[in-house]
Amino acid sequence: MEEIKLMKGNEAIAEALIRAGADAYFGYPITPQSEILEYLMTEEPYKRTGMVVLQAESEIAAINMVYGAGACGKKVMTSSSSPGISLKQEGISYIAGSEIPCLIVNVVRGGPGLGTIQPSQSDYFQSVKGGGHGDYRLIVLAPASVQEMADFVQLSFDMAFKYRNPVLILSDGLIGQMMEKVILPPQQERLTDEEVEKRYGSWATVGKKAGRERNIITSLELKSERQEKHNHKLQAKYREIEKNEVRFEKINCENADYLLVAFGSSARICQKTIQLGKAKGINIGLIRPITLWPFPSEEINKAADKVKGILTVEMNAGQMVEDVRLAVNGKRKVEHFGRYGGMIPSPDEVLTALEQKLIGG
Amino acid sequence: MTEELIIAGFGGQGVLSMGKILAYSGIMQDQEVSWLPSYGPEMRGGTANVSVIISDERISSPVLQFFDTAIILNQQSLDKFQEAVKPGGVLLYDPNGITHLPTRKDIKIYTIEGAKEASALKNSKTFNMIVLGAYLKLKPIVKMENVIKGLKKSLPERHHNLIPMNEEAIKVGMDKVKQVS
Amino acid sequence: MSDSTILTPQDIIERGELVFKKTALLTDNIMSYCPGCGHGVAHRITMEVLEEMGIGDQTIGVAPVGCSVLAYEFMNIDMQQAAHGRAPAVATGIKRVYPDKYVFTYQGDGDLAAIGTAETIHACNRGENIVIIFINNGIYGMTGGQMAPTTLPGMKSSTSPFGRDVQMMGHPLKITEMIAQLPGVVYVTRQAVHKPALVNRAKKAIRKGFEIQKEKKGLAFIEIVSNCNSGWKMTPVNSNIWLEENMLPFFPLGDIKG
Repeated sequence: MEEIKLMKGNEAIAEALIRAGADAYFGYPITPQSEILEYLMTEEPYKRTGMVVLQAESEIAAINMVYGAGACGKKVMTSSSSPGISLKQEGISYIAGSEIPCLIVNVVRGGPGLGTIQPSQSDYFQSVKGGGHGDYRLIVLAPASVQEMADFVQLSFDMAFKYRNPVLILSDGLIGQMMEKVILPPQQERLTDEEVEKRYGSWATVGKKAGRERNIITSLELKSERQEKHNHKLQAKYREIEKNEVRFEKINCENADYLLVAFGSSARICQKTIQLGKAKGINIGLIRPITLWPFPSEEINKAADKVKGILTVEMNAGQMVEDVRLAVNGKRKVEHFGRYGGMIPSPDEVLTALEQKLIGG
Repeated sequence: MTEELIIAGFGGQGVLSMGKILAYSGIMQDQEVSWLPSYGPEMRGGTANVSVIISDERISSPVLQFFDTAIILNQQSLDKFQEAVKPGGVLLYDPNGITHLPTRKDIKIYTIEGAKEASALKNSKTFNMIVLGAYLKLKPIVKMENVIKGLKKSLPERHHNLIPMNEEAIKVGMDKVKQVS
Repeated sequence: MSDSTILTPQDIIERGELVFKKTALLTDNIMSYCPGCGHGVAHRITMEVLEEMGIGDQTIGVAPVGCSVLAYEFMNIDMQQAAHGRAPAVATGIKRVYPDKYVFTYQGDGDLAAIGTAETIHACNRGENIVIIFINNGIYGMTGGQMAPTTLPGMKSSTSPFGRDVQMMGHPLKITEMIAQLPGVVYVTRQAVHKPALVNRAKKAIRKGFEIQKEKKGLAFIEIVSNCNSGWKMTPVNSNIWLEENMLPFFPLGDIKG
C-alpha cells in the first residue's frame, strides 16, 4: 500500500530500500547520511522482509560487502558521504569492472579533505567521470526532492540489473536532511534466486549447478587482448545506456530568454529564481539533468539555440559547467555560479548572478 | 497560500520539533511542505534553526534568504534573522533573555512569554507549543484539528498521552501573544 | 606391450593401477604456480574436502590478490575475485545473503595480514560463519619477492635485501595468534603441506573448518605455512628444508584454538 509521510531524504531512501525488496544494506556512519543506517537498524527489516543490515568496520569493507552480495545477484545498497565515497572508489571500480549491479548513495558534503558536514555538489566530477581507476561509468541519478530520494531507489535497481552496472544516487546534505511530504511505494517481495535468474540471466555466483560452467566474478584479465575486448564490451554497454537512459526535467523553457542548468538541490533553488525573475520581467528557463551520466547534452544543445545565455548553478567551483559547455559547443555563452564549502546559494543570489553574468556582462 | 517561515533558537528548545509538527499539520490538510534544519554539531547545544514552507503549490526552493515569518527564541537568532523578515512580515519572539530589542520598523513585531508561561504550566517542555500557539494565532494557516493530527504523527505513540497538555499549551500561546509594533 | 608404450590415463584405469584421481572440483587448467610451491596442494585438498562433503554446488569461494589471484581458474566452483585484502568483507557480503551456503576465502599473507588486516580482524570478530584459508609463505610472491608482514627477522627479500631489520621494518606479525583471541572465532589452527603426513593433517583441518561452518558455529581460521621457492631463491627441496628450520620455529604447527 502507498503511504504518505513527512520524512527526511535519508529516511525516505532507507524506507524505499526496504520497500523495493532489497536484500542487503552495508554501511558505515558519516554525517550527513548516518540516518540511513540508523533508520534501517531501528526498522529491523530483517524481521520484516529478511533484508540484511550490517554496520561494517569501514566504508572500504562496506563496498566490498556490496561486491560480495551483489555478485550473488542480490539487490544491495551502500551509502556514505564524500570522504567515505572516496574510500569506496577502489571497490566501485572493481564493481564496475566485474559488472555487478548495485546501488551506491552519496549524500555529498563539502570538501576537499574532511571539508565540512554541510551540503555541497563538489563530487560531480568524481561521480560522472569515474572516481576510481580505469575506463568505467556509473549511471548517476540526482534527486531534487525527498520524493525522488524514495522513487530513485527502485529505478536504480531496475537500471543496475538491466545493464549489470552500478548506479550512484548523487544527493547532498540538503536533500538528505530536509523533510518533505513523500508518497512511499508499496512493499515489494524480495526476489528468489530463480526469479533473478529468469529476469536477468544466470551470471551470479550462487553455487555451481550441474550442467553449467562455473560462474566467476572478476575484473582481472591478464591477457591484454582479452582485457581490451572486455573494455569494448563495457563501452558498448555505456553507449547503450547513453542512448536509452538520459533523463531531465524542463521548467519554463518555452520562450525563455535565459537558461539555467542545475541539478539536485541547486535546481530547487533555481525554480524560485525563475519566479523572482518573472517578477522583474526576466524570462528564465531551467533544465534539470536528472541523470548526470548519461548527461542530457542533446537537450541542452537544442535549448541553447533559443536563449541568449546559459548559467549553470552548482554548489561547487564549476564542474557540471564543463559538460554544459561541451554540449553547447561554443554556440552560446555558458557561465557558472557557485557557492561551496558547505554554503548554499539563495534564489536571490542566483538571480543577481544571472543579471551580472548574462545580462549586464 | 504560501507561508515561508524560520524558527531559530537554542538547541533543546524544541525548535526542530515545532517545525516538524507544523509541517505535519500542513500534510494533514493536503498541503505541500518542506522542513530544512541547520544540522551538525550546532544541534548539540548551540543555535538551531529550521526553515518551514507550507504551500498550496509545489515548493520550489526549500532554501530561502527572506521569510514571511521569523520565530526567534534567543538573542543570537534575533541578531541573525531580524533582517531576513520580508517587509510587512511578522517577527515573533520570546523576550526572555533578549537585551537588544528588534529595530525593524517595516515589519509587525509580536512577543510571547514562552518560558514564563511554560513555568506557569509547570512543564518546561510545553515551551515550544506555547510559541507555536502564539504563531498560529497570528497566522492561522493550519487548523487546530490538523495540528493535533500532526502532533500524533510526529510524537511516538508512547507520548500520545501528552497531546492534551500540548493542546492546552497551544491555547495558552494563542491567548498570551502580544503585539509590540 | 613394449616398454616404450606411453600409457593413457584410461590404460592405467583399465589395468587397475589407479592410485590417485584428481577431484572434479579442480579444473583441467594448468596451474600457474611455480613447480614446488605449496599452493597446488592447498588448492587440491580444499577442493577434495568440498567434494567429499558433497557441497561443491553450494560453495562460493573468494580469491584474493596475490599468487592465488587466479584460484578461480583452478577451482571448479562459483568464485569471486576480491580486491587486495578485502576478501573477508566480500565473503561477509556473500554469507550474509546466503547463510545456508558455504563460503571461504583463500588468502596469502600480504593480502590477509597487511593490507587486509582490518577486514580480517573484523570478519573474525563478528564471527562470520565462513572458513578462512591463510597461506603464509613470508613473502609477496606474485609481485616478485617483496617483504611481507610475516617475513622473518633477518630474512632477505627484494625490499629487505640485507635481511629484515626489525628496528626499521617492524616485526613479523603472528596474526593467527591474534585472531585466536577473538570470541567469534571457534577454530584456529596452523598447518603445513610440504610432507605427505602434514598434507593429510591439513586436509583434516580444512574439513573441520567446513564442518564448523555446516553447524553454523562461527569462523574457522586455517593457516598453512608454505614455501616460496622462487621468492626465497631456493630449489623446491631446499625451500622445504628452510621452511622446517626457520619458519616452523617461529610459526609452530598445531591447533591454537578449538
